[in-house]
Amino acid sequence: MSGILLLEQALNGLQLGLMLFLLAAGLTLVFGIMDMVNLAHGSLYMVGAYLIATATQASGSYWWGLAAGVAGTALFGVLLEVSVLRRLYRRDHVTQVLGTFAILLMCNETVRMIWGSQPLSLNPPAALSGPVELLPDFFYPAFRLLIIVVGLATALLLYLLVTRTRLGMQVRAGASNRDMALAMGTNVQRLFTAVFGLGAALCALAGGMLGPLLAVQVGMGESILILAFVVIVIGGIGSIRGALVGALLVGMVDSGGRTLLPMVFESLFGAALAADAAPAVASILIYVLMAAVLFFKPRGLFPAHG
Amino acid sequence: MVDSNNARTSLHHTLHLRAALPVFLVLLALPQITAALHAEFYVTLATRIAIFALAASSLNLILGFGGLVSFGHAAFVGAGAYTVGILMQHGTVPAAIAWPTAMLVSAALACLIGFISLRTQGVYFIMITLAFAQMLYYLAVSLKTYGGDDGLPLAGRNTWAGIAPDDTALYYLALGALTLCLLFTQRLLNARFGQVLQGLRENPMRMQALGFPVLRTQLTAFTLAGAMAGLAGSLLANQGGFVSPSMMQWSQSGMLMVMVILGGVGHLYGSVLGAAAFLLLEEVLGHTTEHWQLGLGAMLLAVVLLAPRGLASLRSVWTRSQA
Repeated sequence: MSGILLLEQALNGLQLGLMLFLLAAGLTLVFGIMDMVNLAHGSLYMVGAYLIATATQASGSYWWGLAAGVAGTALFGVLLEVSVLRRLYRRDHVTQVLGTFAILLMCNETVRMIWGSQPLSLNPPAALSGPVELLPDFFYPAFRLLIIVVGLATALLLYLLVTRTRLGMQVRAGASNRDMALAMGTNVQRLFTAVFGLGAALCALAGGMLGPLLAVQVGMGESILILAFVVIVIGGIGSIRGALVGALLVGMVDSGGRTLLPMVFESLFGAALAADAAPAVASILIYVLMAAVLFFKPRGLFPAHG
Repeated sequence: MVDSNNARTSLHHTLHLRAALPVFLVLLALPQITAALHAEFYVTLATRIAIFALAASSLNLILGFGGLVSFGHAAFVGAGAYTVGILMQHGTVPAAIAWPTAMLVSAALACLIGFISLRTQGVYFIMITLAFAQMLYYLAVSLKTYGGDDGLPLAGRNTWAGIAPDDTALYYLALGALTLCLLFTQRLLNARFGQVLQGLRENPMRMQALGFPVLRTQLTAFTLAGAMAGLAGSLLANQGGFVSPSMMQWSQSGMLMVMVILGGVGHLYGSVLGAAAFLLLEEVLGHTTEHWQLGLGAMLLAVVLLAPRGLASLRSVWTRSQA
């Protein structure tokens, strides 16, 4: 029984981790190449989820909705970069935090004006709504499996893009030393617009995948944004590999902690204390992880710079 | 640099008494003015502004003058508020006990968190302070005995010589606390300690090479800021009659940062201006439209793009354009 439970938790953790990776990949590149703190990154995830939910309702097909929403969000991201964010690159972190916080507020309110305060429903395709029998007597929701497959495929594609293509080479060069990359003839400005559009598309993909599981609502980007920041700080800012490792770590620790800790606490301290303390400890576990990593490695696990 | 005979360097901060005194006198008379105009509500708003100005000023000490971008400052405000709330739950009502305790608790937390966080720099520092604040937030959520998610209502206000202050008295307490903290901050900044702190903001490497104690200076400033934030938390708990985890949420820390930056980073009065502008804007926009956050966001963005050094810098921008 516990073996099945462990397997299920591992799959849940993997699923959360991969989705966090989609969010963290764009964030870490923005951070790494442009040295820019973007609090509005979670807004792209929210906008993506809303666009996908709307397009799905309009077209009647989840897949068309997903495609249209991802494309729309990528466009939105590029527009945001060209119109506002570009002006913030050369400014200090404090200013960037303020500027992107302003964008976050504006995105939230605009979404509320267009779609209202009620959460939107986003339904997965009917064929994937049931469970799948992975092992004898072990059922796992088909849609969650799809999330894992999509996450793995995207991670692989991203890995190939970053390590095998010219664009990826420029991205890596920009992340490890922007001035040198500039001197070697990379058009960092254009490269960055492309990276930002790609990051926005990844956000929307994550929004479309998690939308059916969590609610599509205003403010959905904020809580997950914090997780994405934790991921990239653990992994080392600017490092795609660090983002993947960090995301999987956070996903596993978070999912595992939420189910396993109450059981461990109950056997150690009794049911009463466990009911009180276990959820608290489980929710701060990833922050403890992050603080511990930074205590020993102040620049994260895989620092991209120098 | 620390020679007091020297001409005032940019690291010196004056109280600008010619401008500040008249404002202070108006603020002293505010309850009487509002009573004459039958607009008592504005005393409550002014109290709120004073409390947030105090919280933002404490953040300004480390962010503006120390160059330490802490993204978890609301945690210290919340810790102060929770200390007051929890003490009251257990029957400790006198402010003379509760408020200093709240300051001590927040200072101790700030000292501990600062000690670990100051190992890191730049963006990592921003994120690790955020992480610690989130930990305290979730800790507050899990304190089921003290209301957990729903928060903890206070039985009343902390008493002074056995008397619970009314709204006007609380306003004077908040104004007094803010004034004392501003005076203290100004003295601190012009003292050797403050000069070293600002020197570390400008060039930590050089300061270290000169033999100044980097960690000790920054940690002391961080702890002092935590204590002031704890005082703001005590006042906030007293004004609202309520303590809740949402006081510690990261968006609250973001809001304090917005106030500091909006007002002007590293100006003595910057955070006061910022808090007043932010809360008044919220008040005015909140009355005109349900979507006031859109307007607020647009204003913030305009400030970022057009007045990068905050509202306090507008005067010098204006005088320069006149010259």
